[in-house]
Amino acid sequence: MSFKGERMGKKRMRVYMDYAATTPVDPRVLKAMLPYFTKKFGNTMSLHSFGMEAKKALEDSREAIADLMNAEPNEIIFTSSATESNNLALKGIAFANKEKGRHIIVSQIEHHCVLESARWLEKHGFEVTYLPVDKYGLIDLGELERAIRKDTILVSIMHANNEIGTIEPIEEIGKICSEHGVYFHTDAAQSYGKIPIDVKKMNIDLLTASSHKMYGPKGAACLFIREGVKIEPLLHGGGHEFGLRSSTVNVASIVGFAEAARICKEVMKKEAERLTKLRDRLIKSVLKIEDSHLNGHPVKRLPNNANFWFAFIEGESLVTELDMTYGIAASTGSACSSEKLEPSHVLLAIGLKPHEAHGSLRLSLGRWTTKEEVDYVIEVLPKAVERLRKISPYKGGW
Amino acid sequence: MERYLPYSKEVVQHFRKPRNLGKMKNPDAIGEAGNLLCGDVMRIYLKIKKSKKGEIISDIKGEVFGCIVAIANTSMLTTMVKGKTLEEAMKIEKEELIKKLGGRDKIPPIKYHCSILALDALHEAIYNYYRQNNLPIPKRLEVEHERIQKTMEEIEKRHKEFLELERGLLK
Repeated sequence: MSFKGERMGKKRMRVYMDYAATTPVDPRVLKAMLPYFTKKFGNTMSLHSFGMEAKKALEDSREAIADLMNAEPNEIIFTSSATESNNLALKGIAFANKEKGRHIIVSQIEHHCVLESARWLEKHGFEVTYLPVDKYGLIDLGELERAIRKDTILVSIMHANNEIGTIEPIEEIGKICSEHGVYFHTDAAQSYGKIPIDVKKMNIDLLTASSHKMYGPKGAACLFIREGVKIEPLLHGGGHEFGLRSSTVNVASIVGFAEAARICKEVMKKEAERLTKLRDRLIKSVLKIEDSHLNGHPVKRLPNNANFWFAFIEGESLVTELDMTYGIAASTGSACSSEKLEPSHVLLAIGLKPHEAHGSLRLSLGRWTTKEEVDYVIEVLPKAVERLRKISPYKGGW
Repeated sequence: MERYLPYSKEVVQHFRKPRNLGKMKNPDAIGEAGNLLCGDVMRIYLKIKKSKKGEIISDIKGEVFGCIVAIANTSMLTTMVKGKTLEEAMKIEKEELIKKLGGRDKIPPIKYHCSILALDALHEAIYNYYRQNNLPIPKRLEVEHERIQKTMEEIEKRHKEFLELERGLLK
C-alpha cells in the first residue's frame, strides 16, 4: 500500500508535501468504494433491494463519521464539499435565526468560503464581526466574549487553520458560546481525522469535515448539526439528508469518506506523534536558513503543517523551483497568479507585511511522508532559496 | 518539459538558467518597475558606451523578485537588448518579448502584466540615463515614464484602500 515506488520516480525524487491541499485516496478506501459504482449503485431513496443496499451503506457511513467526533449519527448531514458545509452552516443558521438576531462573529483567518459567505450575508441584512488574531494566528477569548451581543446568533471559528496550521482553543470557545446561548460552528476541514474532536465535550453545535483532506475521495464532506439546532437548508428538493440537503446521495464517495474516518480513528494517535516529530525536524532545520521565519504557533499547530517565510524572495518562484528542479510539491500564500493584489489574508492577519507574506512557503506532511523525504527537503530547500536570492534586488536587505 | 504545460519551453529555460541576472557594480543607469505589494519587482542595470552609432548598451544585468514568468522575461529581455543602441532598445515592443517567450497563448493571461514589467524597468533605466546626463528625453520615453509612475501610485492607492477596508471590518 506504499506509494513510494510511484512517488520516487526512477529518474528523480518526487516528493508530495502539499497534503493540506489534498491527499491521495488510501488504497483501502478505494477498495471499499469500488462496489458502489457498479454492483451496489442503487439510489438511497428507492424502495427495492438496490435502494436498501445503498441506504444501509449510507447509514453505516453516517455512524463511522459521527463516531470519530463523538456525535450521534442523525446529527451528520452529508454534503459535496467543505465549502458547501460552511455555506450551509453560515447561511442556514442566519436565515433560520434572523428573528433572534442578525449578528455573526467569524475570525479573520477563516477559509474564503466562510469569509465570502459572511460577506454575502452582510449584503442581506446581517452584521458580521471579523475577529482579529495574534501573531500566532490565535483568537483572543476575551475579545470574543466582548464581541458577543444580544443579537449574536452564530460564532464561526475554525478548528485549525489551513495555511499556518494554528489550532484554535475551540473547547474554550465552545464554553463561551454555550454560556451566552450562541451557536458555535467550527470548520474542521484540516483537523478532523488528524487530531481528536469531541463535539459534546467541546460544546460544538456545528462542525464541517472534509473527506479529501483525510485520504478519502473528493466530492464528499459533512456538516455535523447538533440535534435541536435551528437551521434552513440551501438545497430544496427530494428531502434527502433529513430534509437539510436535497440531492441524490453520492454513496460511493460517502462510503470512502467513512472508510477514511475508520482508518484515521485507528491510526490517529500514532500518526500524529510520527508527523509531529517529522514536522519539528523539518522546522528546526529549515529555520537554520538565514532570514527565514516560522509562520503560526510553534506548538499549537497541526502535526503535519510547517509554514515559513523567507525574506527577499517571492513564494511562487520558490514553489516552481522546488517543483521543477527538485520534484517537491509545496504551496505558497503569495498572490502573483491570483486576481487579487494582496497575498494571503491569513499571513496579513498575523501581522506579516505584504512583501514578507509573498515569501511564504507551506510544506504539509501526510500518511506517506517519510523521514527520507523530509531530509531531502531539508537538504535542497536552502539551495532553492539561495538561487532565488542571488537574482533578487533585495538580497542585501529590503 | 511537457509536464509544465502552462509554460513554454523558453520560459522554463530562462527560469532555470537565467542569463545576465544578478547585481552590477558601477552601472551607468538603474531602472525599476513593479511593486513589492503585488510581489513583482524588476530592476535593470545598464552599462552604456558611446559609439558612432550612438549610445550602446555594452552590458546589462537584471534582478527579479517575482514568479517564474517575471524571472524568465527579465532574463530574455537582457539577451535581446545587449549590444543594442538605446534607440534600438527602446523600440522593442512587448509583443516581441512575449513572442520570444513562446507567444501569448503560452503565457497565462494573469501573467501578462509580469511579462511587461521587465520592459518597464528597462525604459526606466534608459529614462534615468538620459536624465542623469542632461540629455533630451524622447517624448515616447517621457510618456512611458509617466505611465509607469502612475501605475505605481495606483497600486499604492489600492493597497491603502484595502487596508482601510480591513480596518473598517475590525470595527
